Amino acid sequence: MDIQSNIASLQYFLPELIITATIVIVVIADLILRKKYSYQTAYYAFAGVIIATIAVIVTSAVPRGLFFQTIALDPFAKFFKVLILIATLFTIGISLRTKELERFRFGEYYGLILTMVLGMFLLVSAIDLLMVYLSLEMVSIPSYILAGFLKSRRRSNEAALKYVIYGGVSSGVMVYGFSLLFGLTGHTNLNEIHQVLLSSDVNSLTLTATVLLILAGFGYKIASVPFHFWSPDVYEGAPTPITGYLSVAPKAAGFAVLIRFFNVVFVGNTTPNMTEWFVLSSLPWPEILAAISAMTMFLGNLVAIKQDNVKRMLAYSSIAHAGYILMGVVVLNHQGLFAMMFYLLVYLFMNLGAFLIVIIIANNYGTETIDDYKGLGFKIPYIGVVMAIFMFALTGLPPTAGFIGKFYLFSALIEAGRQFYWLAVVGIINSVISFYYYARIVKVMFFEDAPASLAAVETSPWMTTIATLLMIPILVLGIYWDTIAEFTLNSLSFF
Amino acid sequence: MQGHLLTWVTFIPVIGMLGILFVPKDRKDVVKVVAAVATGLQLWIAVMILFAFDKNSAGMQFVEQYDWIKTFNIQYFMGIDGLSIPLVLLTALLSFIGVFASWNINKASKGYFALFLLLDTGMMGVFVSLDFFLFYIFWEVMLLPMYFLIGMWGGPQREYAAIKFFLYTFAGSILMLLAMLALYFTQDPHTFNMLTLMSGTYGRTFQIVVFLALFVAFAIKVPVFPFHTWLPLAHVEAPTAISVILAGVLLKMGTYGLLRISFPILPEGALWFALPMAILGVINIIYGAMCAMAQKDIKRLVAYSSINHMGIVLLGMAAMTKAGMSGAIFQMFNHGTITAMLFLSVGVIYDRAHHREIDGFGGLATRMPVYTGIVGVAFFAGLGLPGLSGFISEAMVFIGAFPVYTALTILATLGIILNAGYFLWAFQRIFFGELNPKYDNIQPINGRELFTLIPLAVIVIFLGVYPMPVLDLFTATVDKLLEVLNFGASMALN
Repeated sequence: MDIQSNIASLQYFLPELIITATIVIVVIADLILRKKYSYQTAYYAFAGVIIATIAVIVTSAVPRGLFFQTIALDPFAKFFKVLILIATLFTIGISLRTKELERFRFGEYYGLILTMVLGMFLLVSAIDLLMVYLSLEMVSIPSYILAGFLKSRRRSNEAALKYVIYGGVSSGVMVYGFSLLFGLTGHTNLNEIHQVLLSSDVNSLTLTATVLLILAGFGYKIASVPFHFWSPDVYEGAPTPITGYLSVAPKAAGFAVLIRFFNVVFVGNTTPNMTEWFVLSSLPWPEILAAISAMTMFLGNLVAIKQDNVKRMLAYSSIAHAGYILMGVVVLNHQGLFAMMFYLLVYLFMNLGAFLIVIIIANNYGTETIDDYKGLGFKIPYIGVVMAIFMFALTGLPPTAGFIGKFYLFSALIEAGRQFYWLAVVGIINSVISFYYYARIVKVMFFEDAPASLAAVETSPWMTTIATLLMIPILVLGIYWDTIAEFTLNSLSFF
Repeated sequence: MQGHLLTWVTFIPVIGMLGILFVPKDRKDVVKVVAAVATGLQLWIAVMILFAFDKNSAGMQFVEQYDWIKTFNIQYFMGIDGLSIPLVLLTALLSFIGVFASWNINKASKGYFALFLLLDTGMMGVFVSLDFFLFYIFWEVMLLPMYFLIGMWGGPQREYAAIKFFLYTFAGSILMLLAMLALYFTQDPHTFNMLTLMSGTYGRTFQIVVFLALFVAFAIKVPVFPFHTWLPLAHVEAPTAISVILAGVLLKMGTYGLLRISFPILPEGALWFALPMAILGVINIIYGAMCAMAQKDIKRLVAYSSINHMGIVLLGMAAMTKAGMSGAIFQMFNHGTITAMLFLSVGVIYDRAHHREIDGFGGLATRMPVYTGIVGVAFFAGLGLPGLSGFISEAMVFIGAFPVYTALTILATLGIILNAGYFLWAFQRIFFGELNPKYDNIQPINGRELFTLIPLAVIVIFLGVYPMPVLDLFTATVDKLLEVLNFGASMALN
């Protein structure tokens, strides 16, 4: 039966197998190709991801547990897999034309990205504590290396080192929490833990401590306060395509595992409307999460105002966005989860887009300082306009999809009732604050004149195309998003 | 086309905008012609709507209703009644005039006119939407073009003015978003349909809380003291045509929102807040007039006079009598035309002298007689001279407010005296007295400028003599609104 189960599971594991095969192919190809041609590994990686995407889409997502109930196959995981694959496709495309990566061999670069993809696939579907931990590390370790990929740049090294240390500490804390949870319940499977918590009398203080410890691990992945300290330095030091990638894909995966963990362990996937925080009802969990959300928003937005480096500013903005998305966790009902997932999808396009423009400008003018963006709106008008759209989408202004995302988050809060009106007001204040620094980029690009010495540089058509591809969903989903909303709603089904 | 007049009137500018994006950058003349054609068509459709409009009906007309986002029950729902139609006309007219007032813009003119047309669509959309979500989208769509138009084509302090304008209105509008969601979830099935929301009943506390949230959102736009500080700055820094749009149309959105949404949906909240609104209105009147009197810059003077005039609208609304309410709506329309004339006139003189110091001129009447005459009409309309349209609406507001808030109305009339003071004083310093020798050779007003000013002057004079054509438009609507409010009052008494 053991063999049966593992082998029987394999047919549902096709996307992961394809990714694994691609990793092997990329690594081998890198050995064969000369350094000059090592960029070609990107094509293999790209093809692999495309095939994996098709496999994800065609694989039936009827909820079932695989490999002795360690990972789940369900629409929820499928949603996040699609999201991760889209981010990966764009990142590979962007990396091809990024100047700061030019002098390196690409085999390991794409190999590591694909390893992260595999890790994230497992992370979003893990339903066993061990699998959660293993896949989390599988995402983290390649990202440490990628953050430090620019070996000769001090900042990149610093980023990698800080990342390793923070990552090590927080995953250690999380594992400690897991061990306590195992000690309390005697199980590693999330569903079984839920059953034990339902039936037996677990000391609520111990349980609280346990959950707080586990939150450290998830909080680190999504970069929420107070586990955010790594992110500005890492985002600034890492190669920009990796920064963009880290800010969307692993963050989405982190949210996915957070939702799944809380939902399955404490709410139970059987509760039809998931409105009650069943086991933890003795503790003010929504309030604690709401406080974390509010602090994350305030910290991210307030500190972002003061930044001079675009990447650093976007790092803080990305912290703030984790805070917005957490507003959806606070209510933890269908509406909240739906809002989070929809927001993550939109956020993928707008944040990746913002980083892409940063790369384009760095390619053309070699700068990442906001003050050097002066007058670029007139030198490279199309890129300037696209950047403005991304910035306004991040602020949450109609008619961009960023607004729709925020709209759903707020509506989830308002629907949940009066006890969270204050959090909605905090969200509002933060949206207004955030406009100040997003608009600063637009202001510098369009309202100020370029220094006379600045030449107009031709942007590579490849990058312009990618920017356009990222912008289209932002505009289209801002006007008509019913189909995507339905897809997201249908993905709200857990094993 | 007949069945979709409101869609056309709203989106024609966007079609023009898309057209402009395809015009080569160096063909500035083509860009301007496209903008003129787009706004001209819009004006033509608006006039067609006016002729087809049935003024005896208090219901919604030209209704278009389709599902838009089914999963959230959001509709594409448009329609107009007597409250919206004057503003639809005003928007179309001022946008058309605005294009000609911008004819001299040559810096990145493609961007300017594209944004101008987008702004036009946003404004028009606000006045024809009957789905709260749609209303909100248009409300916000208008912000971004405005931000750029002030920030890129404005005066020396334009960056600060643009961001201040934006942050103020943005803060208000997200507050509106929350209020809108709170209303949405009270209905079953949830809906943003304003007409359905109007027929709902809500608890008193809920009404007050939501009313206050909406009031702040709209008050920032009006602007009501103490939310007015963005206005003088934005008006002064914006280019002429944008000041016209800003004062002529955007400010009305605040009062329109109160009348379209807050009053009929939340009548108890409105009644509860009526006295504070009247007081704020009077503060606007007196404070606006006092500030205007202290200004050295003509454009700032006009900007503060807007605060004063919008205070009159607020007072009329707060009175909740037939005369007051009609006066308020009429004053919205009149202020649109009068303030547009004022800003256009300032633009004329600024283009020649490149400054706006009131004391920097003198004796211009001898060199620019026609211009002096037109500015005279605008100034006298602004101070409420009988025979011009401003007088009628102000008088109606005071007649309507006097029985309800006697003391406040008396105070407010003092503000009108102040109005006369600063307008006349400024007029005297600019046009009479010794001719400033610097302006001995100043160019007289040209044909294009006359083309922008004369239609407005005609409207101001005509409505001052015979206001019925506009008043008739909204009589039925005002009656219906008062009925709703009286019903709310009886509910409050029980």
